[in-house]
Parts: sequence; C-alpha cells; structure tokens
Amino acid sequence: MSDSENASETGNESETAGLRGPNPEERPRPDGQRNRHGERIDTATDAEQEPRTAVVSALVEHEPGVLAKVSGLFSRRQFNIESLTVGPTTVEGHARITLVVEETDAGIEQVKKQVEKLVPVIAVGELDDDAVRAELVLLKVRGEEPDKVHAITQMYEGQTLDAGPRTITVQITGDQQKIDDAVDAFRQFGIIEIARTGQTALARGDTPTTPGESPAASAESTADDTTNAPTDTNDD
Amino acid sequence: MSERARPAFSEGDAEEETDTGRETDTERKADAAEPSVESDGVEQSDEKPRTGANAVVTALERAGAETLFGVQGGAIMPVYDALYDSDLRHVTMAHEQAAAHAADAYGIVSGTPGVCLATSGPGATNLTTGIADADMDSDPMVALTGQVPTDFVGNDAFQETDTTGLTAPITKTNYFAQRADDVGNTVGEAFALAGAGRPGPTVVDLPKDVTQAETDAEPGEATTPETYNPQTVADGAAVREGARTLERAEKPVILAGGGVIKGEASDELREFARNYEIPVATSMPAVGAFPEDDELAMEMVGMHGTGYANMATTHCDVLLAVGCRFDDRLTGGVETFAPEAEVLHVDIDPAEVSKNVYADVPLVGDAATVLSQLDAEMERAPDCAEWRDQCQRWTDDYPMDYATPEDEPLKPQFVVEALDEATDDDAIVTTGVGQHQMWAVQYWTYREPRTWVSSHGLGTMGYGLPAAIGAKMAAPDTEVVSFEGDGSLLMTIQELAVAVRENLDITVAVLNNEYIGMVRQWQDAFFDGRRAASEYSWCPEFDKLAEAFGARGFAVSEYDEVADTVETAMEYDGPSVVDFRIDPAENVYPMVPSGGANGQFALSEDQL
Ligand SMILES: Cc1ncc(C[n+]2csc(CCOP(=O)(O)OP(=O)(O)O)c2C)c(N)n1
Repeated sequence: MSDSENASETGNESETAGLRGPNPEERPRPDGQRNRHGERIDTATDAEQEPRTAVVSALVEHEPGVLAKVSGLFSRRQFNIESLTVGPTTVEGHARITLVVEETDAGIEQVKKQVEKLVPVIAVGELDDDAVRAELVLLKVRGEEPDKVHAITQMYEGQTLDAGPRTITVQITGDQQKIDDAVDAFRQFGIIEIARTGQTALARGDTPTTPGESPAASAESTADDTTNAPTDTNDD
Repeated sequence: MSERARPAFSEGDAEEETDTGRETDTERKADAAEPSVESDGVEQSDEKPRTGANAVVTALERAGAETLFGVQGGAIMPVYDALYDSDLRHVTMAHEQAAAHAADAYGIVSGTPGVCLATSGPGATNLTTGIADADMDSDPMVALTGQVPTDFVGNDAFQETDTTGLTAPITKTNYFAQRADDVGNTVGEAFALAGAGRPGPTVVDLPKDVTQAETDAEPGEATTPETYNPQTVADGAAVREGARTLERAEKPVILAGGGVIKGEASDELREFARNYEIPVATSMPAVGAFPEDDELAMEMVGMHGTGYANMATTHCDVLLAVGCRFDDRLTGGVETFAPEAEVLHVDIDPAEVSKNVYADVPLVGDAATVLSQLDAEMERAPDCAEWRDQCQRWTDDYPMDYATPEDEPLKPQFVVEALDEATDDDAIVTTGVGQHQMWAVQYWTYREPRTWVSSHGLGTMGYGLPAAIGAKMAAPDTEVVSFEGDGSLLMTIQELAVAVRENLDITVAVLNNEYIGMVRQWQDAFFDGRRAASEYSWCPEFDKLAEAFGARGFAVSEYDEVADTVETAMEYDGPSVVDFRIDPAENVYPMVPSGGANGQFALSEDQL
C-alpha cells in the first residue's frame, strides 16, 4: 500500500506529507490484558502463577554430548533446575535423564517441550505425584559418638559404609523429605562432607515413565555400555 | 617430508602441517600418478582410495546440494580435495561469516538447505554468527567444519576449538563425526534434518583423520533421525474448535509468520484469507507471504510495523497466528499484545505454542496442511464487514508516507521506492541491519514469498551483501538488490571481491547517512542525544571502493539523479554499488519502543 500512495511523488515537487494520524493518546485502547506468560487475564481477579516442583523424565539416545545438550538448554533458557540425574535403561543405547525443576505451569510445559525438541531425545514425560522417587546421599560425620551415629543411621534405614576413629560415612536413600530430615538429624555430629545425587524417579505400576516407553524388562543390563556415558551417571 | 605436528609460526606453515605424519594433500595429488609408499607404510595404487571426505561429498550430492560456500583451511582440506573431483559448485568467500550468510540466503531463496564449509578453529568460529542467524530465523542450512585429528581433540591443538560445544545452542542439532564409515550418513542426516519440519542449521564437525581415512562405505539415502518426527496434521478436535472460534469472530486477524514461507503455505494462506475475507498482518520474516498490494494486507506488525497492522492486531478478537514465534519485536510488551484476542496458533514446532503468547487453540502441524484442515472445517465466513471497514480506516488514518522537501538531502524511502519501481515484482531484496533495513521493508511492495531476505531474529549487520551473493546463486535469473547501511556494508564489504569474481549481477544500494543510524536514532530518543560512537563520517567512499574491487560504483545525492543512476546500475551486467547520500537526520517511524504497547506506536520522536 505504501507504494501506491507515493507513486506520484517525484523529487522535484516539494512535499510536506509524512506520517500522519491520531496521536497515541487519542487512539482507542482495548481493555484486556495478558500476564507475562501471555495468558489473557482479568487483572482484578487473576493472580500470577506460582512455581511448583515437577519431576520430568526424558528418555534419550545414550550418546556423547546429550547431557551437555540438555544441561546447556537449561542454563540458556533460564529454567530453574533443582537436580538432574542420568543413567542407562533396560534398552541398549538408551538413557534416562530425570530432571527436577521448579517452575510455573507454563514454565514446566516449556521445559518438557524444549527437552523433547532436542534431537537425541526420544520421549519426555512429567511424573505424577505418586511416582516412585528416590535420592541417595552420602554423609561424612565426626566419629566421636559412633553409637549415636549408628542409631540415627538405623532410624533412617541407612548403611554405614566407613567407620574410623575420626569419621563415619553413611548412606541414606529415600524421598527428598526423608533425605532432608536425615541430613538435619546428622547435623548434631558435625557433617564434614556431603554428596547428594538428586532425585531419580519412575512412574508407579504399569504406567510408562515416558510416553510410548515399553516397560518390558530386558535381561541384559547395559552396565558395560557406560564407557561413553556422561560422567555423572548415577546408577546405584 | 614429515614435518611433524607442531605449532606453526604462520598460517602457511600450518597448512603444510601433517599431523598424522602422512603426506599433505597437495603432495599426494602430485604423487598419485605413480604408486608410492606412504610414510606409514600403506601401499598406494593408481586408483586413489576413497576416503571419509569422498563420502562427505557423495552424501552432499545425493542429498541434492548443488552449491557450497566456504573458505579453505588445514583441517577441511581433505573435503576440498574430494570436492576437486566433484560437480558440486563451490563459491570461495572472502570470510567464513559471509559463507554462512550466503548459505543461509541460498536456503531461504531456494527452500533447500544451503551448505557452507570452514576449517577448524578460526574458520569455525567465523561461521558462528551466520549459524546463529540461521537458527534464529529457522533457515535450512548445513555447516561442515574441519576439526583437528581425533587424537588431538581436547589438547588445545593448533586451530582447535570445541565446535560442537560452541554451536550446540545455535543449531537444530550438531554432530561430531567419529568414523569414516559413518561420516557420509551423518552428513546426509544433517542435510535432511536441516530442511525437515521446522528448518534450521545443523553442523557436522569433521576431524581430519576421519575425512582422510579410507572407507568403502557409500552413504545411503539422506534421512532424518528416528527420534525426529514432527507432527504435520493438527488434532481434529482442535481444528474444529479453531474453525468455530473463527466463524464467530467479529474482529479476526491472520498473523502470518515466517513459517508460512518455510512451510510453502503462502498459497493456502492467500486462499484462506480471501475465502473468509480476513485481514492479514505479517511478521518481518513473513514479508512476501501475502501480497502487500492486496486489499486485505495490513503488512508488517511490530516495532516498526505499519500503524494499521498494529491497530488491527491490538484490537482483534481472534488472532490466527501461523508459523510465528511471537518475537518481542513483534509483540511489544506481551501484556498489551492482542490483549482481547483468542489465539489460534498453528506451528510445526510444539515448543513455540504458548512459549511467549498463550494459545487458546494449539494447532500443531504443518502450516499448509493445517490451513487446509481449517478451510475444510469452516462452515461459514466470520461476519466481519464492519471490522474490515475499520481496518481500512486505520489504513487511511495512518498512511506510510514521507516528505521529500527539495532543500533537504535525499530521503531513503524515496530511494527504496525508486528501486522497487525499476525492478520486477519478483526481484529479491536483501538487507543489512538498521534503519535502512526498516525502510527497505516498509517502502518496498513485496508480493511473493522468498523475495525478502533479511536478518530478523539475530539482527546481524553485514548480512546484506553475502546474502545477495547467496540469493543470486540460488536464483541466477532474478534481480537482486541489497540495501545496506554504511555501517553494515563496511562489515562484510570484502565480499564484493567474490561478487566480481563470480560476475554476479547484483545491485548494492547503500543508504548512507554517515551514522550507524539506528543507534543514532535510539541515542537521540533515549540517551539525550549523546551520540557515543555512532558517527560514521569516517566511512570510505563506497563508489570508489566498489571500483577498486572491480565493481561499478556510483554516488548519488540529488533526487533527479536517482532514476538514471538506478537504471545504469541495474543495466550493468555485474555487481554495482550505489552510494546514496541520504538525509542523516531521517528516522524510522512508526515505532513501538521496546516492551511498549503496539497500539501506542509513535509517529515521531516527540510521541515516544
Ligand atoms: C554485528 C552487529 N553489531 C552491532 C549491531 C547493533 N546495531 C543495530 S543497528 C546498528 C546500526 C546500523 O547502522 P548502518 O548499517 O549504518 O545502518 P543505518 O541504521 O544507518 O541504516 C547497530 C550498530 C548489530 N545489529 N549487528
């Protein structure tokens, strides 16, 4: 349209035209509004979305670089990630990445879609609240009161992995709440070092953890295939 | 012979380096006539053994590549050596960034992936701007980079960079070739993937030992990986919901995005819009998807879009967005973007749906397919004659117009229109980035897809000239005009040498305001006129520089010289550069300040 309007102009005639039209304040404005997720909202009633914690499981091709691609995606897109664990599955050449993220609903949808979009990713699923989740922690505490340490370890169904005169190292597994509580309980002895794996999870019962994933058991475990695996493999 | 791999003192030395202790490629070529024993003791016969590099070239040929853009270098030499015997056309560029832009433009214009090549290290890093550009604009492109031999990787070897690491965030996917037996298939897959679904750039990093190693493996059919299965047909229930929503719309707008062009859906879009008489606005990458002289055309929305497009999208009640990613330059503040509209979002990439603007009706699928699905589902056109009248009134209220006072220097808008008039309707426009880019999009009337080639998402200065080279290679019989700013052209002007060598008939129109004008405009508007580092009065005389490169050069500063000079430049069979000395004070309007409300676009600086 712009063209035809100026078609008659030549440089020889002096023109005073230019952009015209009502000023911004004279223009009608719509009443509606969106929030920062681009959802239409009623400003009087609708609140901002609150973040929640979600466990996302991604089935990926077990190839070099895939973990870098996933973790790079998280920092690049500013997703709020709590933990990431990775390990082989029953299918040779496949690995599972379990991500715990804290995001709004819109953010979680984006996380799933962006991870799914990575070419080596086979399938992505978000786990229900009832999913089986576990984390492992190693705790090294002062060894002055071995009996007390042992009692607490037993209370959390843990295992003592190393006990010396000065330090005791225990292992606790369980859901996040249990691990948090255990860590709190061991504080009284003075925690020297701690190593936590982050949560890993599977869907309960017959439900596949990621869509389309066949839960069929495979006899040959792929433990030997981890030579090329990302180094932070966590298969306990 | 056997200069072992050592850090070289000069690039010249580097190219002679023989990391593996074998002969250099040049020596091997000379020796090939006589059987010889290589230093590693392998018998070499008359018949040159096939290597990974041959497989790379065969894969490109099989995948349908015709033209490649690149620059030679140590780590990529085996591939070039294989190209020596191939019918693939290779265009040597002056800089790798230009190779990537040329390949990108080739991909945009032809619709099939453009291919660029570079050596390891600096060659690969020089490509990255062009790769990032293609990624932001979803342009199909394949970049092949040389890499140091596998054994050297990770040791900070000479000319080593972590190319897959560098390009992971700016590619659709990338590959590190590991075996000569697989490399052909990897390249084929990279090519197929670049063009499939939502297009984008792919990179294959090629260690020298992989391309040099012998292999009999013939690459198979180029196919996308098994894990890549974009959904092409939208969910039927969503289509029904979308159709019902559109039917009852009172104020509908179609927002076409670049995906309409990538998805070859321009015909479906035109038919759909005309069938149901719905006004069409476009994003910048979609310019040309819908003819701008159609009465339903609202043209471009966003920061420097037309007033009428911005009014229409702001006030619509249903927005059918097709292949559009709702970039912030398009939406302005998302809170005020089409704030009352129910959004129907057609996109082949599910991750785009509800990323920036929530989609009430997600229609995941291929643009052309989904538009046909919607069309089949529609029972009637929306009743929106009144809305069309309103859109027309906005078009009259906010005309795209400019003044041409005799006593002032040339107006850039006038130059754009003069070139538009002097060229065919299907002429291709490429641009740099800045004010000139905006005038080129605002004042040229685009009628066909793939005629507007610009750097949208990344906004890369210096894109225009190499893109013009890529466009001309893809469409040799089409006129190509590149609009450049003085600052933008200076960034890649060395590519004129390439245009001259290839005798490419392109016209570079410099809208020279002796500023990096877009920055100057923002400084005047938002930084109290403190023009820090934006004065470019030190730019060379582009007409003379053009002549030095062997192109034709012209300089124009008067209105009455414009038409004749354009004609002479267009008639010249080869590259010509016209340095239009334009009004340095001219600014781009309408303008929505960053994050502002599109409907509140400013028509002049005092409205900002
Ligand atoms: C590679 C690169 N560097 C910096 C910028 C920031 N930038 C955006 S527009 C612009 C000014 C462009 O000046 P010029 O090419 O002379 O065009 P004009 O705006 O004057 O038409 C600059 C510096 C950019 N877009 N790209």
